Amino acid sequence: MTLLTEPPVRVRGLVKSFKDVEVLRGVDFEVARGSIFALLGSNGAGKTTVIKVLSTLLSADAGEARVNGFAVGAQASDVRQSISLTGQFAAVDEILTGRENLVLIARLRHLKNPGQLADALLERFSLTDASGRRVATYSGGMRRRLDIAMSLLGEPPVVFLDEPTTGLDPQARLEVWQAIRELAASGTTILLTTQYLDEAEQLADRIAILHGGRIIENGTLAELKALLPPAKVEYVEKQPTLEEVFLAIVGEPEAGEESA
Amino acid sequence: MTNHFFGDTAVLLGRSLRHISRSLDTIITTTLTPIAMMLLFVYVLGGAINTGTDSYVAYLLPGIMVITIASGIAYTAFRLFLDLQGGIFERFHSMPIARSSVLWAHVVTSLVANLISVIVVVLVAVLMGFRTSAGLLAWLAVLGIVVILTLALTWLAVIPGLTAKSADGASAFAYPLIFLPFISSAFVPTATMPTPVRIFAENQPVTSIVNAIRALFAGQPVGADLPIALAWCVGILVLAYVLAMLTYRRKLS
Repeated sequence: MTLLTEPPVRVRGLVKSFKDVEVLRGVDFEVARGSIFALLGSNGAGKTTVIKVLSTLLSADAGEARVNGFAVGAQASDVRQSISLTGQFAAVDEILTGRENLVLIARLRHLKNPGQLADALLERFSLTDASGRRVATYSGGMRRRLDIAMSLLGEPPVVFLDEPTTGLDPQARLEVWQAIRELAASGTTILLTTQYLDEAEQLADRIAILHGGRIIENGTLAELKALLPPAKVEYVEKQPTLEEVFLAIVGEPEAGEESA
Repeated sequence: MTNHFFGDTAVLLGRSLRHISRSLDTIITTTLTPIAMMLLFVYVLGGAINTGTDSYVAYLLPGIMVITIASGIAYTAFRLFLDLQGGIFERFHSMPIARSSVLWAHVVTSLVANLISVIVVVLVAVLMGFRTSAGLLAWLAVLGIVVILTLALTWLAVIPGLTAKSADGASAFAYPLIFLPFISSAFVPTATMPTPVRIFAENQPVTSIVNAIRALFAGQPVGADLPIALAWCVGILVLAYVLAMLTYRRKLS
């Protein structure tokens, strides 16, 4: 079956313009099953446009995009069945409680036992205590965790995360990274966009650099590093980064975050 | 996925209705201005207005109902704008649901909220001395006009809700709608107006709607006003629905 042989995300020659601005000028990449793929680029590079095309929110002008074996244009409802999108802004309902948000999405995905599913995810994302509170009272990190939890309902095989940690404080960022790692460990294919180099370095199995509407590099971290001349040995006094200082003072939320 | 249309709309309707029940201030602010206007016109200005009827409240109420609906539908534009802004709209659209459910849920919510607001306004009018001889059939006819008018104006409100750049912009379109009843038979009979104003007033939708509701409440024959009012409402409804759906499609391309 194509589902088994075809990579869960395949993009060929994707072109998209907004009025006169050519945002994507022929984007090609593939994401392997169960891997984390990072699309790296500066603001306005077109990362969000790629995600929107793949999640059927925008139609491309030219090129081919397939998700989980389905064509993004012609088989849009099959694609929607296979994916979930966590957009750039936490797409949660502020007026509802955390639990109500999860139940809402579970109902819209036509799942059985929405309440039970919601409770299990609240537990998994350490939101059980806050489950009855309105999301308006949540911190940025809690919102993002809820957002990602909402994306996991129905266990879609492919998850798109558009700048999942933009605007988060360092602790919340580590929490979200942990959630993404666990998700990948359970076999979900993840395509994420980021403008933070360290985020791609920490999370991704493969990294593609989107620049000027094209993928200009695509490889593992080691492959990308090998593009530059071999490392020179220099002796530099090890200074703690501000992030390390900050986390040391306020206390790290979870252990074992330093392993790459 | 159209086979899920009703189920999905019901789920999303539950969400919007929860929003309303948790921010009852939207219903209070919707009814506050019309009620204040009704008090002002009945107890301050009304004594000097000669409508040729015994009760000025009864004369005024239909126009106040129209103003209530015109200000209430601004919240549909506002809520829709917030959904787009917050990203939850995109989340819904990337899910395997019947897409138009997202709009219909907002529209039905508007209908429920506006019916509650209109009932509140009518109850205040009753406290102020409004009495009606309307029978069940006349009440049903009034309800029908209110429902069709609300649907028409709500679909109209969907357009700025989808296209506005700011929350203020989303609800600003309602101001001309709120103003329209003033140049109609809602507050004073059109006979005293200068000819050009009178011609406009007598041929715009509010006058026929207000006259029809007034006649129904008074138990008088509705004459040509009811069919003209319905024609206006249905016409606006169809036009607004088509334009809103076109805007929505363009938004998704």
